[in-house]
Amino acid sequence: MRPGRARLLDSKAVSLTPDDVRHAAALAHIGLEPGELESLARDLAGILDHVGRIASLDLADVPPTSHALDLVNVLGDDVPRPPWPREELLSLAPERTADGFLVPPIGA
Amino acid sequence: MSVPAGWEAVIGLEIHVQLSTRSKMFCRCPNESGGEPNTRICPVCTAQPGALPVANRAAVERTIEVGLALGSEIAAHSTFHRKNYFYPDSPKAYQISQFDEPLCSGGRLAVPTADGDDVVGFERVHLEEDAAKTIHEGGGGGRLAGSHGAVVDFNRCGTPLMEMVTKPDLRSPEQASRFASFLRETIIALGVSECDMEKGSLRVDANVSLRRPGEDELRTKTELKNMNSFSFLERGIARELRRQAELYEAGEEFSTQTLHYDPSSDELTVLRSKELAHDYRYFPEPDLVPIEPSAELIDGLRASLPELPAARVRRFESEYELPLAQALDLGIGSGLAAYFEEVAAASGDARGAANWVLNEFSAHLNEARLSAAESPVRPAALAALVGLVADGTLGSSGAKQVFAALVDGEGGGDPAAIVAARGLGQIADADALAAVVAEVVAAHAQQAEQFRGGKENLMGFFVGQVMKATGGRAEPQLAQRLLREEIARG
Amino acid sequence: MAVFDVEATSAEEIARLLDARELTCEEVAGAYLSRMAAHNDALNVFLHVDEERTLAQARAHDNEGRSGIAGVPMAYKDLFCIRDVPTTAGSRVLEGYKPPYTATVVRRCEAAGLVELGKTNMDEFAMGSSTENSAYGVTRNPWDAERVPGGSSGGSAAAVAASMAPLSLGTDTGGSIRQPAALCGVVGMKPTYGAVSRYGVVAFASSLDQVGPFARTVRDCALALRVIAGPDICDSTCLGPPEPIELPEREDLRGLRVGAISLEGVGGVEPGVRASYEAALETVRGLGAELVEASLEFSLTPHALAAYYLIAPAEASANLARYDGVRYGLRVPGDDIFEMYDKTRQRGFGREVKRRCLIGAYALSAGYYDAYYGQAQRVRTLIRRDFDAAFEKCDLLLTPTSPTVAFRIGELVDDPLAMYACDLFTLPVNLSGLPAISLPCGLSEGLPVGLHLAGPAFSENRLLAAAHALEGAFAFDPRPPALMGAA
Repeated sequence: MRPGRARLLDSKAVSLTPDDVRHAAALAHIGLEPGELESLARDLAGILDHVGRIASLDLADVPPTSHALDLVNVLGDDVPRPPWPREELLSLAPERTADGFLVPPIGA
Repeated sequence: MSVPAGWEAVIGLEIHVQLSTRSKMFCRCPNESGGEPNTRICPVCTAQPGALPVANRAAVERTIEVGLALGSEIAAHSTFHRKNYFYPDSPKAYQISQFDEPLCSGGRLAVPTADGDDVVGFERVHLEEDAAKTIHEGGGGGRLAGSHGAVVDFNRCGTPLMEMVTKPDLRSPEQASRFASFLRETIIALGVSECDMEKGSLRVDANVSLRRPGEDELRTKTELKNMNSFSFLERGIARELRRQAELYEAGEEFSTQTLHYDPSSDELTVLRSKELAHDYRYFPEPDLVPIEPSAELIDGLRASLPELPAARVRRFESEYELPLAQALDLGIGSGLAAYFEEVAAASGDARGAANWVLNEFSAHLNEARLSAAESPVRPAALAALVGLVADGTLGSSGAKQVFAALVDGEGGGDPAAIVAARGLGQIADADALAAVVAEVVAAHAQQAEQFRGGKENLMGFFVGQVMKATGGRAEPQLAQRLLREEIARG
Repeated sequence: MAVFDVEATSAEEIARLLDARELTCEEVAGAYLSRMAAHNDALNVFLHVDEERTLAQARAHDNEGRSGIAGVPMAYKDLFCIRDVPTTAGSRVLEGYKPPYTATVVRRCEAAGLVELGKTNMDEFAMGSSTENSAYGVTRNPWDAERVPGGSSGGSAAAVAASMAPLSLGTDTGGSIRQPAALCGVVGMKPTYGAVSRYGVVAFASSLDQVGPFARTVRDCALALRVIAGPDICDSTCLGPPEPIELPEREDLRGLRVGAISLEGVGGVEPGVRASYEAALETVRGLGAELVEASLEFSLTPHALAAYYLIAPAEASANLARYDGVRYGLRVPGDDIFEMYDKTRQRGFGREVKRRCLIGAYALSAGYYDAYYGQAQRVRTLIRRDFDAAFEKCDLLLTPTSPTVAFRIGELVDDPLAMYACDLFTLPVNLSGLPAISLPCGLSEGLPVGLHLAGPAFSENRLLAAAHALEGAFAFDPRPPALMGAA
């Protein structure tokens, strides 16, 4: 049902390449200096070698658990409460206008 | 032709509807529009560290109602997911949405037409939260390149948003526009949203592709975003169909893109490329637990659904024997429908009621900028007026005068009283009319001679003169008969 | 001014002294503030203290009258939002941030009259097992300043161990309360997931995080838990415990079936820890419990660790995405907003946080979700089943809390996998949402060893009762010799 989802990887450990790390860093919007990329790639490859073996387990008959508790239907009543005074939240902003949060251009 | 010759258009719509709950989707900030920027915000909708979402029960119920109205399957087990992407209008850098377990699956909407129902299928209806608004400084009109920065207003952030995805069942821009408009009326009838395209509480995107008639597979589609009127939707789709046809015919290819349509120039432009087809990394939202709507809840919501436009239109056709055009005009949009039905019931004359409501009464509402419920002309009064016309007491001119008087609040809302007070009753007595008829014929001897010579169309002139002399009260059939007799006496 | 020995007085005892008016709240607060002033430079336990604020709160209780545990001081790990009080979560990205609101658990503590002592050091965003990942320096273990206090709630554990606070709060995602409790020789508890509100607690991994107390005694721990546990309408996952938390009184374990996990085949457990554990099992027997052998087929294997180190980073990668320089915290300018995001997060996050955000993004990414995150969620089901099966045969499960005693500062910080292995015994209950407590059961090479008791969902009272009985039998002296008798 998920687009582009992988079949289970085979039991060979999948090595994490610097390109994979670069891609993950782009997804996570964490800038990396050149040296940082290499050393992180080493760290993460090592971690994934161990942690990644989970991919080869045959768990087709085991349903996933996404919540620790079996709770359902916890909902809030549609009753508005007063909002926060603007200044209390806006004053936290690194840059701001009189009434808004200011950010750099959103770019090309 | 809005669909290029030799091609079949394949169109699907993605409709976002802001629900008119009292509070936001995942926090209880007031859900309103307008006002000063950043005055309806809190730690949750500004994503402060440690903030947590709490789902709005009313938003869930309203979405289920919409699903029920469409005949969708309501999920036994529905979950929220995080849709991860970075953008200043998304403070958590993920939107809480739904992925593979939406509240409603499937469904259909039948648009009544003269050739039967035009049925469009739905893939799903799900619930999510709206993003903040970014205003680009230095560059107006929402264009992004070359701006000097942006200001973010979180008032809208967290508004409950219902996303409705149709199947690619639409085959022309007109059909898409008509369908979108009818869907809007249906949602308004349910009372779950104002559906104002200009204010942004209804947003329609179109997925558009072409193929040769008889082709089974779907070809590359493009997405047209945020057309903010039904006419722009229609024109934008037509323009894109033309663009795709031209490319195919020139042997060129194109890829799945997101496009913006500018109605003033009739041009399409590629919107900012969203970081190469986003990898949203959907995963189940751990801060919210699943929703399992009970049978009792669903039955209760279903039982309280109002009559929907599609059903009402067909009912007006059958129950009141109205033509489709009138049934559509009266049945869509509940304001006139309820009023009409009261007038029809009180007068016992559905056709008469329909004519009056759609003509004089609607014109009055437009001019006075009132809704049917606000009009000083109450259904009982209009029903009585309809009756007075039907039984011959009033002719059309007299009826109009009475109506105008009702609008002004004269006669305590009682047409009969107005008729009496103003002496507006139609003259249907031959003796009463005889003198007037004689005078009119005498005063226009030349035309009488021409009429005797065969100029039949002068009867209209003579009837008009009789009407003038009687203040519009002459009963037309009787006036004509008397005139003919008088003229013939020559 | 009454003599008040912070090293020898439990929270319960403080309350009794306050009730008897042998002490004032201000004197109590003052004693802890002095202790802090004397030792914080050396140990780096507290990141933020506001003496005036603390004393003002204490004075208010003196003036307005008090009851229960009002007047007892409480220290907070620096990821609990307290309105207008600096909250960094141990990170540069939140340097200077003062939340506009207060966490529910803190408000509950305030309502009970607990006096705010300050914010304690932690691994950045709760990611770590040693507090070495703090952007504000490591906290030193009060038992040996060259060693780590454990993590990520190292500051809160050390605060209690060093008698700088009688009570403190931490959070536990994979062991971050229990492991530092073990390494520092104090009691630490992770309640059942959903017992305590997470609203206002800076999130690490939403389906695993739980708030819990540190204390010198099990009864103190119960006192604190009673204050913080309960439903919260601001947290959809928190319905609170179904029964009230009781103060434990039993001194034996008669009638309890205690499952002891065998350490056979479990790698990495120090001999001294093993010996302490085995001695503890004897004590259990001696207290009248029926000791049964128990095993967790799956939960102590590398696959459980793998599941944790995929799920937690995945959730964290999303939870930390909001630290983008837009609305609060650090901003490093950029030519456009995406450059600003990249630079801000590059400068604002430390190395371990970067590692986890990247693994998290990767584990969720297109093409890899099923193999990594999806698999981890299935392993999580197996772990739940493991515990369900184990608890059919026993009422409690025992293991050591940590495979080692406190290790040296710097020893593991460059070996992520070795650091992750610290959580071997603790993380399975996070994955299954179950409650667990660690209490000191002995020393190995002069350093504390913790015993770990886990129970079924919402069995906090059973855990506290058993831990209390064991505490009496262990008679562990929680005062680090290095600090004993110091100011």
